[in-house]
Amino acid sequence: MTLEKIREILEGEVVLSTGDPNTEITSVCSSDLMSDLLHFSSEPKSLLITGLNNTQVVRTAEIADIKAVVFVLDKRPDRETVEMAREKGITLLVTRLSRFTACGRLYAAGLGSCTGVNR
Amino acid sequence: MTQERHIEGSFHLTGGDFTNAGAASSELKSVLASLSITQEVVRRAAIATFEAEMNVIIHAVAGVMYYLITNDFIKVVLNDMGPGIPDIEQAMQEGYSTAPDWIREMGWGAGMGLPNMKKNSDEFKVDSVVGEGTTVEIIIRIKEGKTQ
Repeated sequence: MTLEKIREILEGEVVLSTGDPNTEITSVCSSDLMSDLLHFSSEPKSLLITGLNNTQVVRTAEIADIKAVVFVLDKRPDRETVEMAREKGITLLVTRLSRFTACGRLYAAGLGSCTGVNR
Repeated sequence: MTQERHIEGSFHLTGGDFTNAGAASSELKSVLASLSITQEVVRRAAIATFEAEMNVIIHAVAGVMYYLITNDFIKVVLNDMGPGIPDIEQAMQEGYSTAPDWIREMGWGAGMGLPNMKKNSDEFKVDSVVGEGTTVEIIIRIKEGKTQ
């Protein structure tokens, strides 16, 4: 699924675009705990949905080959976070939806977990 | 004839410096990504290193991260001046954490650090002396015949 399609489903706003909106995203992970993400995300080209809003999220995304991050509940990343994401080439989106709803909508639309299971 | 690869370097880590937390692992990941190493190996090395670096930032006063990349393996050694780990076996259990609440609020302290390092390493060693510090050694083998 393309990033643009994901944005549409989540009624989201792109805070920072670092590449082609038609970039393909193949799986999704969601957590506010960075080590859980590092433990369970086993697929590259994934999307992260999180309620945590700081530079650690961008750093973790970079390390785990996550292409884009969605901040839920309209949590806007600060300037430092946006700058780091720009430097690392990670697209940032914001949605007013909760984590549960955002995940549910993408799951219903056919995206699976970045753990590679429960497809 | 295959040229023997020998790339090494080190980074100084400062405990509590969350602004630069992860910068060393990020730089090492860039170095690895520039070599003919599979994305999967780069990713495993980056995750193991990042967790080890975060442990130093969270728990220690300071530390040094040293790396060596050869044709066959990536070796990362982290040496810190920290509180040490009284019970390594307990610390290796998934979910066991001694991190304070404010660390958890930043998204860390889930008790997955050491298990994640082990999971992503081919060889993994922890040595610790309470009151002195901890040394973590991570070795990831670079499999032949696979390039990115």
